[in-house]
Formats: sequence, C-alpha cells, structure tokens
Amino acid sequence: MFELCIPEFLGGRCIPSMALFSQLLIGLINGSFYALLSLGLAVIFGMLNIINFSHGAQYMMGAFVAYLLLQHLGLNYWMALIFAPIIVGAIGVAMERLFLQWLYKLDHLYGLLLTFGVALIIEGMFRNQFGSSGLPYQMPEALTGGQNLGFMFLPNYRAWVIVASLTVCLGTWFIIERTKLGSYLRAATENPALVSAFGVNVPRMITLTYGFGVALAAFAGVMAAPIYNVSPQMGAELIIVVFAVVVIGGMGSIMGAIVTGFGLGVIEGLTKVFLPEWSNTVIFIIMAIVLLVRPAGLFGRRT
Amino acid sequence: MKRLMSLAAFSAMLMCGTAQAQQVTVKIGVMSDMSSLYADIGGPGSTAAAKLAIADFTKANPNVKVDLLSADHQNKADVGSSVVNQWFDVEKVDLVIDVPNSGVAFAVSEIARSKNKTFIVSGAAASDLTGGKCNANTVHWTYDTWMLANGTGKALVKTGGDTWFFLTADYAFGHALDRDTSAAVEANGGKVVGRVRHPLNTNDFSSFLLQAQASKAKIIGLANAGGDTINSIKAGAEFGIVKGGQKFAGLLVFASDVNALGLNTAQGLTLTESWYWDLNDTNRAWTKRWQAERAAAGKFPTMVQAGVYAGVTHYLKAVVAEKSAADGKAVVERMKSIPTDDPLFGKGTIRADGRKVHDVFLLEVKKPAESKYPGDFYHLRATIPAAEAFRPLKDGNCPLAKS
Repeated sequence: MFELCIPEFLGGRCIPSMALFSQLLIGLINGSFYALLSLGLAVIFGMLNIINFSHGAQYMMGAFVAYLLLQHLGLNYWMALIFAPIIVGAIGVAMERLFLQWLYKLDHLYGLLLTFGVALIIEGMFRNQFGSSGLPYQMPEALTGGQNLGFMFLPNYRAWVIVASLTVCLGTWFIIERTKLGSYLRAATENPALVSAFGVNVPRMITLTYGFGVALAAFAGVMAAPIYNVSPQMGAELIIVVFAVVVIGGMGSIMGAIVTGFGLGVIEGLTKVFLPEWSNTVIFIIMAIVLLVRPAGLFGRRT
Repeated sequence: MKRLMSLAAFSAMLMCGTAQAQQVTVKIGVMSDMSSLYADIGGPGSTAAAKLAIADFTKANPNVKVDLLSADHQNKADVGSSVVNQWFDVEKVDLVIDVPNSGVAFAVSEIARSKNKTFIVSGAAASDLTGGKCNANTVHWTYDTWMLANGTGKALVKTGGDTWFFLTADYAFGHALDRDTSAAVEANGGKVVGRVRHPLNTNDFSSFLLQAQASKAKIIGLANAGGDTINSIKAGAEFGIVKGGQKFAGLLVFASDVNALGLNTAQGLTLTESWYWDLNDTNRAWTKRWQAERAAAGKFPTMVQAGVYAGVTHYLKAVVAEKSAADGKAVVERMKSIPTDDPLFGKGTIRADGRKVHDVFLLEVKKPAESKYPGDFYHLRATIPAAEAFRPLKDGNCPLAKS
C-alpha cells in the first residue's frame, strides 16, 4: 500500500491508494449526473440551436413531479422514472410551441434570455408553493443498502445511477448518430427546407426533440431525488456547472457531452480530496483553459 | 372671561399632554431572506410572527400604534444595507428585526449604530455580533454559533463522542461554527482529528464523507447549514456512516431541515435549539395561531420566527417604558434593564453586550415509529440553563461588557 500526495505548495494532502479508487468511483457517479444533464443540453443545442437555460428548472421539476406522484397518486420511484420525464417533457413541448418556435431564426441570445426567464419564473412558483427548504423523498426499498467492494462501501443506489445513466446516454447517442430517425434529425438541422421537401414534418420533429431533451433533464431529476435535497433551487446550483461541461465538451456534440460529463466528474472528485476548497472552481478553470486552446471545445466541430 | 380662557387653555394643554404621553407610534421593519435558501427559517414566517406580536401587544396597550414593513435582503449585504438605509432615512423605521445571514447582519448592525436605531437579530448566527463586533444598538435574540457549539459539542463529548471530524462550509459562518465547536470539544476533553472545508452549496458530499469515514472519528460535525447539511446527512445515510458506528452532529439544524430530510434519514441526529414548537401547550397554541396567520397549515415555526415574536414583544415594552422609540440606544438600554418575559421564551435577560440569554434545549430527532403526528420531530434530551448556554460575558471581547 502506498500513498499519493500532491505538491507541498498546493497543501500537500495525501491519501492511500485504496482510497483513491473509491474517490475515482465517486467521481464517476457524480459524472453520471453531469453527463445526463449535459447530454440533454447538447441534444437541444445541436438540433435546435437553443441554449436551454431552463434545463436546471426542468431537472428540478423532474424531482418535484416524482415527489408529487408519490404523495398524491401513490406512484413509486420506478413509475416516476417513466412518468415524470413524460410529464415534464410534455410541459417542454408546450413551452416550445408557445415560445421557442419563434426564436430559431434569431440570435442565440434570445433563446438564452427567454429560457433563463422561464427558469426564474418556474423556480419562483415552486418556491412559493413548496418553500425553500426542500422535501423528503425516500429511496426505493430495492436499492437501499450496498456492497462492500473491499476498498469502499458502494451504496446500491449509486451503482444504479451509473448503470442507468450510461444506458440512457449511450442509447441517446445511438439513436441520434446511428439510426434513420437520427439522420433525419441531423439533416433537419443542416437544411430544414430540403428535409421538409422530402415529406418530413420538420417543425414537429424539432418540437419532439426539445421535449426529449427536457425529458432527459427530468429523468436526471428523478434519479437525484432520493440522494440530493429536493428543493426549488437544486437545479440552479447545478446548471452552471453543467454548462461548463457542455462548453468543455463542445456545444452540440453528443459524445463530447457524455465523455466530458464523466471525465469532469472524476476530476472534480479528485479535487474534493486533494484541494477541497477548489472543488467548485476546478471545472471553470478547465473551461477557461479549454476555451483558450480549443475554442470549439474538446469534441466540437469548428464552424 | 380671562379666567375661563386660561382654564380652557389649561385643560387643552392637559389633554394634549395626556394624549402625548399615551400615544406612541412605532415603525418596525422585518428584513429577511424572503425567497431563497433561508426563506423557511425566517422569511414570510418571521413577518407573520411579528404581526402576531404586534396584535397581542396593541390589544393590551391600545395607545401604541405600530406600523410593519418587510423586505427581502436576498442574502446580499449591499441589498440589505440600501434597504435599511432607506428604511431609517425615508420611512422613519425604528426597529429592524430578524436578518438571517451573518454577513448582512453585520452590515445592518453597523448602520443601526451610526443612525442610532434599534436592531434585533433573530436569524443570524455569528457569535461575533455580541463579541468583538457588538454595539449599543444591537440585541442578539435567538441563538448564536457559540451556543450551538457549546450545546451540541459538549453534550456529545460527555456521552463518549470524543473524536471529531468537521465538514465545514467554506465561509465566515462555517469557520465561526467550526472554531466555536472545536473549542467546546477540546475544552471538554475531546479531540478534533480532521476537517474538510467544502464550498457553499455543494451538491454531492460523498467524497467528503468517505474522508470523514476514513478518519475513524466518532462524531462528524456538520459546520454548515440548509441544503449543505441536508445533502451531507442524506449521503451519510446512504453510505452507511451511521450504521458504521459514526454519528452526525448537526450544528445548525432547523425543524424545517428535519422536515426536508424525513425522519427516516434524520433519526438519531443530535442538535441544539432555543425553541421548539411542540415543547409545551403555550408553544403549541402559538403555533396554531402562526399557522393561521401564515396560511400554512402543514408548516411549523422555527426558533428564528419565535425569536422575532419575542423580540418584538420585548422591544415594544421597552418603547412604552421609554415613551418613545426615537433614541435607539436608550431603547436598547431599557431593553437590557427590564427583565424579559414573553410566552415563548419565558423569563430571561439581555446582557450588557446585547446577548439575550435563555434556556436552550438539546434535542434528538425521533425514529419514524416514535413520531405520532406531523411535526413531531424531537425527543428533549436535556435543558441547558441560561447561565451555561451562552458564551460568558467576559470571554466575548465586547467593549460594552468591560465598562
């Protein structure tokens, strides 16, 4: 057993190598959330050219809908995992039809400002209704407890988070990059006029894509409900980090969002061990460096 | 005729005189976090508490007229300062009360001093408000970091929790709470084996908890608040911290946090509060009135909101005794000289440094099976007498205490 240390001028904290494995795993778990959320953002930006600032609010709504389904309809976590994304996705569709569809031809800034305003309104409404301190959400019975991996105690729920997130991420990537439906989508972004000439209903496809991106956020929200505080500001705190992840990965790149999401989770996890005070800042430092060296992001296409 | 005139003038003067002696007008401003993370701790619930206090007091003293204002400081010292300046200069407000968030409270305290108004702190925690940064216009009512540290820290060390690891929010409040608790732990023979400072509003605490787990400390002290505390405890339950024999000490946990955690997760947590809604019949009756005023049947008032009620009540008593609210320093002087006595905090005193002292309670969160009705959160484990609950006057380094 050996110890790993960082240089003296950075504080010189050390941890045993076994503890490092556990911290890497924890980082990967947190990365799952970043990946899920930045994936939704990347899908929406890549297909609609909208910088969806209400993504955090939609993530929060996912968690709240899960809570409400449990309280009022008695629907458990597994049902919420299916229904909350559908409900919140439908709200997203309504929002796209009412507001966003008028903005595609304008500068990105308009979409950003609109979605930011909507996020503030949604968060304010939830705060009014539910207060600011948060609501309890119990973990499903089947996922309580954990496994002793030798180097750490891995809660079953966290293992489930990694598996579910990876599945959803790779599934989304596959649909968009490898199926016929995905090719329509990508073509519609490149040249909507031509694609509609082939008889494809482009506006409807765009609307459903936005709904799907929002549903991904809500899915992440349900995943978060049992382990994080379900409060109206839960999304606002996370969304800034997720935007940094998307910028690092390259706006609109699906695989970029997934890989950087997991990767930055790991880097942040290691910072929490060696330089805990910096753990909220490290992602932004990386973002600044990446923007200097590769302005389009690590996986972004230069346009 | 001349005699009659002078008689009339005399009686008019008399009437005027009595009217003046009786009619007292006071303007009170509740400043709180109305819309963000502390809004359930103080916020609109504090305004409701102030309304109740005013209603009760003016019923018994119909000659007192009280106007009430409220504002949101948004947890920003600059916003708080500009609102308070406007209140004092334009609106002629006499008393500012509540102000959860120590950063804003320091700013307001300084303005109240420079404009000779009155400031009663209920929501803010930093013990420096009656320590090095005390002044003659500020009263600290409900609780402070020293009291929390001493209550929970001492009790846990005495029951065998003698090694501590701190999760500390990396800003002034967290540092103060960490410092005061470490001192209490060490003074009682315990040892601090490590600490990690995490940024404010951290989402995931599992990494920090693994470090705490590796430290083998018996107690993990949470020198943070609100969402950070909730996320720490939730992750702790998940990672089997409590099952593994370690125990959390919530150094600043409110009833609203326990509600957000759910008893299943929060059970066994030890904490200190100076007021609990379910402690006695008076508190329960007051809670019903508060819920009606607040139009929130499922919510339970926190000690901060109770502190606003008690603070306003005592302030109005002092104003009546002083016959005017104009001179903030004189009113605070009067508040210190008359003993406090209100339905929620009982009998107590305000010390020379502005510290209100009263009994505080060491509480333990119930198991879900032990909780009989909504809001039935705590077992009362001990009552810490007023004389021991707060930092001794001489240790605070407050200039007012020396004269």
